Amino acid sequence: MSNETTTMNQKKLARANLKQYGMMIALFFIYVIFLILSDGKNAAPMNINNLVMQNSYVVILSVGMLLCCLTANVDLSVGSVVAFCGAAAAIMVLDYHIAIPITFVVVLLIGLLVGMWQGFFIAVMKVPPFIVTLANMLVFRGLTMVILNGQTKGPLPQEFTQVGAGYLPQIFMQVGGTKIELLALLGGLFASVLLVLLEVHARRNKLKHHFAVSPIWQVGIKLAVIIGVLNFITIKLAFYMGLPLVLLIMLVLVLIYSFVTNNTVGGRQVYAVGGNVNAARLSGINTDKVMFWVYTNMGLLAGLAGIVLAARNASATPKAGDTFEMDAIAACYIGGAAVQGGVGTITGAVIGALVMGVLNNGMSLIGWSVDIQRVVKGLVLLAAVTADLYNKRKSS
Amino acid sequence: MAETILEMRHITKEFSGVKALDDVNLKIKKGEIHALCGENGAGKSTLMNVLSGVYPYGTYTGDIVYKGENCEFNTIRSSEKKGIVIIHQELALIPALSIAENVFLGNENTTFKGVIDWDETDRKARDVLSTIGMGSEDLSQQVQNLGVGKQQLIEIAKALTKQVELLILDEPTAALNDEESNILLELMLNLKKQGITCIMISHKLNEVSRVADSITVIRDGHTIETIEKTDKAIEEDRIIKGMVGRELTNRYPERNSKIGEVVFEVKNWMAYNPLDSKRKVINDVSLHVRRGEVVGFAGLMGAGRTELAMSLFGKAYGKNISGTMIKNGEELHLKSIKDAINHKIAYVSEDRKKYGLVLINDLKWNMSLSSLASRFSKHSVIDSNDEIHLTEEYRKKINIKANSIEQIVGSLSGGNQQKVVLAKWMLSEPDVLLLDEPTRGIDVGAKYEIYTVINSLADAGKAVIVISSEMPELLGICDRIYVINEGEIAGELQKDEFSQERIMKIIMNHIGRVK
Repeated sequence: MSNETTTMNQKKLARANLKQYGMMIALFFIYVIFLILSDGKNAAPMNINNLVMQNSYVVILSVGMLLCCLTANVDLSVGSVVAFCGAAAAIMVLDYHIAIPITFVVVLLIGLLVGMWQGFFIAVMKVPPFIVTLANMLVFRGLTMVILNGQTKGPLPQEFTQVGAGYLPQIFMQVGGTKIELLALLGGLFASVLLVLLEVHARRNKLKHHFAVSPIWQVGIKLAVIIGVLNFITIKLAFYMGLPLVLLIMLVLVLIYSFVTNNTVGGRQVYAVGGNVNAARLSGINTDKVMFWVYTNMGLLAGLAGIVLAARNASATPKAGDTFEMDAIAACYIGGAAVQGGVGTITGAVIGALVMGVLNNGMSLIGWSVDIQRVVKGLVLLAAVTADLYNKRKSS
Repeated sequence: MAETILEMRHITKEFSGVKALDDVNLKIKKGEIHALCGENGAGKSTLMNVLSGVYPYGTYTGDIVYKGENCEFNTIRSSEKKGIVIIHQELALIPALSIAENVFLGNENTTFKGVIDWDETDRKARDVLSTIGMGSEDLSQQVQNLGVGKQQLIEIAKALTKQVELLILDEPTAALNDEESNILLELMLNLKKQGITCIMISHKLNEVSRVADSITVIRDGHTIETIEKTDKAIEEDRIIKGMVGRELTNRYPERNSKIGEVVFEVKNWMAYNPLDSKRKVINDVSLHVRRGEVVGFAGLMGAGRTELAMSLFGKAYGKNISGTMIKNGEELHLKSIKDAINHKIAYVSEDRKKYGLVLINDLKWNMSLSSLASRFSKHSVIDSNDEIHLTEEYRKKINIKANSIEQIVGSLSGGNQQKVVLAKWMLSEPDVLLLDEPTRGIDVGAKYEIYTVINSLADAGKAVIVISSEMPELLGICDRIYVINEGEIAGELQKDEFSQERIMKIIMNHIGRVK
């Protein structure tokens, strides 16, 4: 490859990267704006902790929803399925005294079965996903009311709530009168080192195969920013109660699903089905099977989110998870997923979820009413997608 | 009688630099049925689209003189106002609306302020339907419940309500059976008696010579000649010669065939329409391809070539498929497309944008798509280094002009897109390749390169089947040609028998036999 084309490719790469980071930069600015508006309240250790815990279910759901969005569809039923699974868990534990680990496994299975039920209608009966999930939104909300007799079920035992409101093992240390949790700090440092090593490894590998790489200064800035944000969060958490368990759950999910979408045949098939279902089919992809598993997976994650939500609230309520589907869908689109399908990343969806979360949290802190919050969130979604489409039209 | 109703003078129309029509002249006499004949892509439909305002005034050059008046049609509506109505091959009916609603679609009977007068609609619809022999139909019936033949008649009824004076029919009988065609042709003769002038585009020369008063032959965007029907019947041979008589220039790479034993064989292959399981689409087809051989499927549009190829490709098309398929001496029972790919069969579809490519993805992803599971992954984890290396290798090998394998395929030219599709299927390392219109819509230079790729595939010992509507192309690149018509093998030509006239004759004879 000549030098000229190398620099050209690098420029292209830089531009692509910039676009990818656009929403991250927006997220940063939104956070800073609320930092100013709330007199630094949104940087308080407890608030960072709340941000993580409050948004965990939306992040979990967004990960699954992204796969639906990639196929140019959505799942409207997740809010109801979350409520249903949470209710099922609460009833099993409180009414039938089933051991909590068994309850968790069974509830995840229920989520999986709900997903298969939807997948069956979508993939086998060929009913449009919009209709299937709309119908099941009503069905599972109704069933939740029925099995809960319209009442809240609680309180759940501490062993249960641990999942949503608990922490990883803690080692506290007194430093000048303040209590600091050591493992959070170490966790942040460990992750930072790991990130650097991974980046170096990937870069070496690329150079070995003579592939285009981003300029070193860009990689440096990227790593510095990520490590900075990461340690900002872990340090803040260390000043509170340490690392929440849900943070680990989210991290594992994001890693698994990023790997699946980027590096596996199954993930690539989801992109192909969303990009052009006819071409995918004629390339030997069983498109029905892809649709079936995308919705089955969504059901499983809704089950997990149901457990986490019930745990955090220490109870199951008939209204739990209301409009969660909208938050998850909005997160995907804010995070760059295309309404036409075939475009989107897990990281993007998580960033989208965080944008929504930071907005919610910030507006609550400065005392804006829930009504206004909805208006703002709606406008942000509209602006993000409009900007995305406008950019695409301009570049084509 | 000899009064001229329409004259099109020096019509030239270009599509991104390619001349689809080049100085075409056409003269239609009042009250006649005038047939337009020509190969696929000769420019017949384009000419009619110019006339009816589908391509607005200014996008072409030349004059349209209609009833002594120079016309500048900007929309279909403006030509319809003058009484020129075109009925396209793809019918413009709304399947879920009733007959009456469809007859007055876009031309509704309204009282005031756009409120539809249903009584008037029904009355008028009844009137117009009885003039075309459909007076007994239930007007509230949905159009989708009617056969294609009746749907075609509804289109004509629609035209009649618009006070049509010049009716254009684009391949009106292509989708019709014998009886339905007969009804339609009779109706055309009837309309002629009522003084309506008719232009019909048709491949079916027997029908043309039956109803047409004069015939204009178009080839490669030029008018070749206009033949008047005198007392003698119009000679079909003369039309065929006019349609295909173009000279073969050096547009095809040299080919030294090294043909081996039979590697792919199909016997008594049958397939039915997936939407209408009583309708046979492929009827008792038997064929074979040898190692290193390029075999062509010739035929008219709608002859069933694509359907045949797709039914062979793991039942990608068709219902109740039966027959035997043998590859390298082993009988195959393919259940799915994946099955076909695993058994080293590849199908390159005729519509690369719709069926071949994921346009929003890059070259790399597109090229690896059909062999992800077999070639680019272990335990379903993709080896991205391998993917980059191999796709880059193929990009260079068949000379795809792109900045890198990470360029979005949608931004490539048609020829390069086609090469991406070819590369995708070459990467699946097939023994048998079914190439459906591999050079459609791409320029001459890219065509040559694609032919070279086809040659090298054959040289590598693969069995290649090429479907093409461009007969010279088949003559130029194939070792043997099957002529396909109405889902049957109508004939087979060896290389020394190749000629366009022969192919056309086989088709025409076969049409005659089926009728």
